[in-house]
Amino acid sequence: MHELSVCQALIDRVTLIANEQNARQVFSVRVAVGPLSGVEPQLLQQAYPIAAAGSIAADSELELETLPIRVLCSSCDQESDALPNRLVCGHCGDWRTTLVSGDELMLQGIELERETA
Amino acid sequence: MCDTCGCNITHGNAHLIEPGGPLEKTDSGREAVGVLENLLHENNHLAQHNREHFDRHHTLAINLMSAPGSGKTALLEKTIAALKDEFSIAVIEGDLETENDAERIRRQGVEAIQISTGSACHLDAHMVHDALHHMKLDSVDLLFIENVGNLVCPASFDLGQHYNITLLSVPEGDDKPAKYPVMFRKSDVVMISKADLLPVLDDFQPDRAREYLHDLASDAPVFEVSSKTGQGMELWLDWIRNQNRLANVRQTG
Repeated sequence: MHELSVCQALIDRVTLIANEQNARQVFSVRVAVGPLSGVEPQLLQQAYPIAAAGSIAADSELELETLPIRVLCSSCDQESDALPNRLVCGHCGDWRTTLVSGDELMLQGIELERETA
Repeated sequence: MCDTCGCNITHGNAHLIEPGGPLEKTDSGREAVGVLENLLHENNHLAQHNREHFDRHHTLAINLMSAPGSGKTALLEKTIAALKDEFSIAVIEGDLETENDAERIRRQGVEAIQISTGSACHLDAHMVHDALHHMKLDSVDLLFIENVGNLVCPASFDLGQHYNITLLSVPEGDDKPAKYPVMFRKSDVVMISKADLLPVLDDFQPDRAREYLHDLASDAPVFEVSSKTGQGMELWLDWIRNQNRLANVRQTG
């Protein structure tokens, strides 16, 4: 249920960046979400138009990319795919791993059109 | 993870910003502006500000999270009663409504500030920052932040705390870490609360909870405690004493 808060924070950043870039319109906003970010992509997508209403990004599209969960094993030093509640090494099964990818909640970029001088 | 030094670019996501990556895409008349920062940049920035504020005042900040009714406030009452002669303690209470929990804490003779979040399901760094304006941190060694009872949303918001403590009460079941991995993998300590119920609710196996935590690549210490009987409290109190000592060494050293 915190996806609306997250979306509002996103729109605040997008508005700031669009102003810095002297944008006239924002067409799309690209966000990468890892399954361990705690944010549900589908809910983010639903919250987006509500948060964007009345902003420079009002008519823009939210493009979401879901990133894979990858862990690095501290025992065998190999990388493997993992599940959100099973972050053990896919090769040797050791649980002492570190997350390489999967907890991202990242604003990657914005597609916009600048004001003509 | 921060947004300034590039440490959020790993080889898991670097392809996004390389030439030919999705961020390079442009259409006629349209420009793609690469950003690569955390969506919660503002929150994280303010959380870092809070953390620096705590460090400057030699205050150890502990964020307590759990499902509603797991016994966060009861644990705090017992903890304060045991430690208030050793440390100066204050509490920030987060709830959707009421001052009930803050009043319970004040009865222990320590300062408590209630944040009523309205419909918000979590505390964020801004709310904690605002609460800190009403608190003289100079005289606080230990600050507990009791988050809104919720195993989902609070996990996404850094408040500036030094440690996350998550309570898992025995009636909830030992597989909570597998069901709520985002919260539990961010926990520095897991407290199995209401441990006095273990003999009755014997399908709760503390070792199974520990295995689920290992599956999350977590080596967080797990304490079995009961605020009602006091069982297991000493391990938890010693953990706090130790962290407080380490924090002081870190801050003065």
